[in-house]
Amino acid sequence: MLKKRIAILVACVVVLATVLTGCGSSNTSGSSTKTTAFKAGMVTDTGGVDDKSFNQSSWEGLQKFGKDNNLKIGTDVKYLQSTQASDYSPNLNQLVHQNYNVVFGIGFLMQNDVQKIAEQNPNAKLGIIDAVAVDKNNKPLKNVASMTFKEEQGSFLVGVVAGLTTKTNKIGFVGGINSALIKKFENGFKAGVKTVNPKAQIYVQYAGAFNAPDKGQAIASTFYTQGADIIYAAAGDTGNGVFTEAKNRAKTGKKVWVIGVDKDQYAQGLPENVTLTSMVKRVDKAIYDVAAKTKAGKFPGGQVLQYGLEQNGVGIAPTTKNVSKKALDAVNSYKQKIVAGSIKVPQTDAEYKSFLSTLK
Amino acid sequence: MSGLLKKVNWMTLVVPLVSVFLGLLCGALIMLAGGYNPLLAYGSIIQSIFLQPYYAGETIRAMIPLVLAGLAVAFAFRTGLFNIGVEGQLMAGWLASVACAIELDGLPRIILLPLSIIAGAVVGGLWGYLPGLLKARFKVHEVISTIMMNYISLYATAYIIKNFLYTEGERTPTIPASASLASNFLANITQGSRLHWGFIVAIIGVILMWLILWKTTMGYELRSVGFSPDASKYAGMNVGRNIILSMAISGAFAGLAGAMEGLGTYQYMTINSAFTGIGFNGIAVALLGMNTPVGVVLAAALFAGLQTGGLTMQSVAGVPVELIQIVIALIIFFIGSSYVIKWALLRFSGRGRN
Repeated sequence: MLKKRIAILVACVVVLATVLTGCGSSNTSGSSTKTTAFKAGMVTDTGGVDDKSFNQSSWEGLQKFGKDNNLKIGTDVKYLQSTQASDYSPNLNQLVHQNYNVVFGIGFLMQNDVQKIAEQNPNAKLGIIDAVAVDKNNKPLKNVASMTFKEEQGSFLVGVVAGLTTKTNKIGFVGGINSALIKKFENGFKAGVKTVNPKAQIYVQYAGAFNAPDKGQAIASTFYTQGADIIYAAAGDTGNGVFTEAKNRAKTGKKVWVIGVDKDQYAQGLPENVTLTSMVKRVDKAIYDVAAKTKAGKFPGGQVLQYGLEQNGVGIAPTTKNVSKKALDAVNSYKQKIVAGSIKVPQTDAEYKSFLSTLK
Repeated sequence: MSGLLKKVNWMTLVVPLVSVFLGLLCGALIMLAGGYNPLLAYGSIIQSIFLQPYYAGETIRAMIPLVLAGLAVAFAFRTGLFNIGVEGQLMAGWLASVACAIELDGLPRIILLPLSIIAGAVVGGLWGYLPGLLKARFKVHEVISTIMMNYISLYATAYIIKNFLYTEGERTPTIPASASLASNFLANITQGSRLHWGFIVAIIGVILMWLILWKTTMGYELRSVGFSPDASKYAGMNVGRNIILSMAISGAFAGLAGAMEGLGTYQYMTINSAFTGIGFNGIAVALLGMNTPVGVVLAAALFAGLQTGGLTMQSVAGVPVELIQIVIALIIFFIGSSYVIKWALLRFSGRGRN
């Protein structure tokens, strides 16, 4: 009896599978192969395309480019996800081999792979975020557009907001992985705080990961308990733990703030309303720019495109409901000073030290 | 008696094949449910791996560490030990080989390259030796101690790179060419893939495991301890010594896998914030390969093919890369439930005879 049932079950599954696969293949085999359309692709790092941070932002920029130019999302404009570091190279190669007009590698983790593929395929056009692609002689590669951001400038401005908003004069900074990139966030932020509020004490801690919200929450808990009332989280998904902790404290009636990163994270602080402001990094804008330039035949190969305050590549979030008038005015005046060059925001620990000595 | 033996052999071959088939079939059904075309998806895997040299090269490249990690798990398994620590041993070996290559730069290739590979094996072996020692001396269960050793390795390697071997891009400097397994010849014949000479090391590893386990007295003892520690002890074997030895050799295989990544695929080591996954896939590879050297190679080929092909699937058939992970998980799931498959097969074959 049982044998019979299993046999029937197996038979059903097999028949169903063959029928359905047959249907499936006939549906899509008709798709025509257009070769004339402009094609732009990107490869995410292991964070994935829905990381609420720069991978997602990049894809939004690329999608917008596709829509504005009537390109088909998913074929002409496409992303490939990487699940491990060894996927970067095959993914980038895939798009290059399929003759995509421009291929973006998202994040400095892909620098080496982008460089190698650029050298192997001199006719391919590539782009990389947060890194400068160079050849063996340390010269910029002619077929790679390098997009970097002046995160320290945007972080300086949110530091100004934090310095003018804090009541306890204690402010926290939670970093993802302790790296040259996140150091720019940290030093710019500290410089901003100290410029407007020399008495403020700043706690700094790195979680060691961009994908560990539990660690973010633990660090935030320590900082808030030590008396900090504002925490700047430059830590990708780890920063979501800082939001969780702030919301928990807000529920019990304590007034604490979080400063978001990369995107406008106002909505993430709701309903307890804990987002003071966010440091936005317009990766989407950079991707859009380079894709549009490539389409117009002006691919900025070999150039290092720096997106700072001047280009609106970084800055404070458009939502300013929780920022006081005084702080906003200060932000605007410091923004002008930075753009004019009268303030040079420090990037590294050494630069921050000498910056501090100029304040006194 | 001979009939029974035949039946068992037949079963050991068919069960993994059925598992793979069922995994692929369920994957196809899930793809259909998600609105993707499974024929196009699986077709793109086969087409890319067998017809495009680049993907063939990348598949073999991905096989190299998987084979060695699979051998590591299988070797320990033969001695009745479950080495979950391949991941950690792999990272330790990876760092050791890269550090050796960088620090001893200047030595001639004929010395530096083998030395770097051996450094990876030795440190990986040491990382396996410790849990083995704990198990033999203090009865600390190797599953727990190796899992913890994984974390120690993950963060210790990150710390060492950060403080002693750091360069821009969150990684160690690139190793000197004299310690590299990469080859322009192999890259050229595979359209610029990252295929490297490490495949020879993997082949040697496969032969070595077979030789040690089945052609030496030491291997006989190791397997005997795996079958029955009590009987082995009664027969006069030193069970503790064999446990330590088995874990050290297993760790050495894992360390070699790491060395292949360091000297071949990447030419450096990144600061990992999470596990590479190779070690854990190695467990599945060993299980699917029935803990035999040849089986491990075949299973690794399947896993590497799915991994590399999964990337093509993503770009050609538009199937999200998560789905290929589900298919891999399904295959492992069916291997895990091999008892059910065995039972079902026996019922069917039994009916055929009646």
